[in-house]
Amino acid sequence: MNRLQEAFQQIVSYLTPDRQADRVVPPSGHTAWLTTFTAGAMTFLCVFALALSLASGRLASRWSDALARTATIRLAAPPDQMQAQTDAVLALLATTPGVATARALSDDEQRALLAPWFGPDLPVDALPLPRLIELVEGDPGYDGEGLRQRLAAEAPGAVLDDHTRWRRPLAEAAGRLRLLGWLSILLIGTTMGAMITLAANASLAANAQVIRVLRLVGAVDNYIAGAFVRRFTLRALAGAAAGALAGMICVALLPRADAAGGFLTGLGFTGFGWLLPFLLPPLAGVVAFAATQRAALQKLRELQ
Amino acid sequence: MISFENVAYNYGGGELLSEVSLRLAPGSFHFLTGPSGSGKTTFLKLAYAELLPTSGHVTLFDREVRTLSRDDIAHSRRRIGVVHQDVQFLDHLPLATNVQLPLSVSGRSSDPRDLADLLGWVGLGHLSDALPPSLSGGERQRAALARAVIMGPDVVLADEPTGNVDWEMSLRLLKLLVELNKMGKTIVVATHDLNLIRQAKSQVAARVLRISRRRVQLAGADL
Repeated sequence: MNRLQEAFQQIVSYLTPDRQADRVVPPSGHTAWLTTFTAGAMTFLCVFALALSLASGRLASRWSDALARTATIRLAAPPDQMQAQTDAVLALLATTPGVATARALSDDEQRALLAPWFGPDLPVDALPLPRLIELVEGDPGYDGEGLRQRLAAEAPGAVLDDHTRWRRPLAEAAGRLRLLGWLSILLIGTTMGAMITLAANASLAANAQVIRVLRLVGAVDNYIAGAFVRRFTLRALAGAAAGALAGMICVALLPRADAAGGFLTGLGFTGFGWLLPFLLPPLAGVVAFAATQRAALQKLRELQ
Repeated sequence: MISFENVAYNYGGGELLSEVSLRLAPGSFHFLTGPSGSGKTTFLKLAYAELLPTSGHVTLFDREVRTLSRDDIAHSRRRIGVVHQDVQFLDHLPLATNVQLPLSVSGRSSDPRDLADLLGWVGLGHLSDALPPSLSGGERQRAALARAVIMGPDVVLADEPTGNVDWEMSLRLLKLLVELNKMGKTIVVATHDLNLIRQAKSQVAARVLRISRRRVQLAGADL
């Protein structure tokens, strides 16, 4: 607990503005813009990775929910027996526990399903197409295996498709996409840390004389490190804030689902999701803080 | 205050200092002399823990330097004022800010009048806003002395403080060091300027140490 308190006090002391301490390190041109630019660019990318991750998460649950609650029975029978077998299946479903509703798709609905492949003028009546029966699962759900056995006994041409073989790869793909988003965020954060470490090391090397003078007059490591850490943390915060803002504007300007098609449906933030990018600048500050503190203390340890 | 006990130091090649044992008593004034490269600067660096001895013990304010943490060393240096021959400042800050740097890093504030008095004491009152690169060698040495004493240190270590200045300025710096000694400060001045030592001995009871053949010896009356 004491160590935690000490660490907390150290962080507070690092981040508390100290005009005198901040002045001891001369303003440095290239490391200043490099840190700010890096933090800005990385946070900008992070906003997109975050949007992608959240959108794929939503997509995964939407697909799962939509497909999990419904099932399809595909009924193949000779034309003269089709209506009788359809009625038999519907009657069977009406008495099956766990099935909320069931209905046979009309010819128009079947034609609409096939339209993307065969065009709108498909003569459904003339083709030996199976009849599709949609059932909606109740709560609790039905026993899939039991239903299959009853269908086999009473309507041999009926096949139950509970969408598992479609749902699983879709959910897996969306899950992978979400994981990829989070990995990207992690990678971006690590890259930002590495680049800020490089910038901090360059700044520390350029200010070796300053450090020597400060050590000579009795400055402790935390005082010296603090001057660098504060500067880099504030630069990263400023850059990340600009990057996050730019990223959010770009995400807001992305085409909506209507214009871009189904695949891009919902890519972006919704509701409270819009608040998440605001967490990125403080996180960038934490990354910059940790990277600079580590670099500074390591450099100082090399000097007596 | 600062003591050496059988201290040796080598730079990886040969031994530069060997079997150095001495104690700097409070209020004493020591000159450290010897030819160029004899180890005067190394001795001073050992005395403010910028270097650690290869063997033997250096004690700063009753603590062995090897037992000191980095922060302990920093705190010890607040009690030791150091003036280097190649004195370094923070070139982007004005002279006054540089002089009060030891106070700033230790979290203490300085009274502007005290700072003005100190700068006046070293004859730099009119240059408080000047940047270090614009100062002459003598002005830099005096500024370094002011910075070294602003914390009221117990010890002042000066490494060739008159190396880059003319005789008149050397005497002026010597006068300041003698005044500090009369205020009770322990003074160690490394110099190869025997005239300066002779001049000082007429003003203060100074002991002269000579580094010869890696050892520190008390110099004879020939000085």
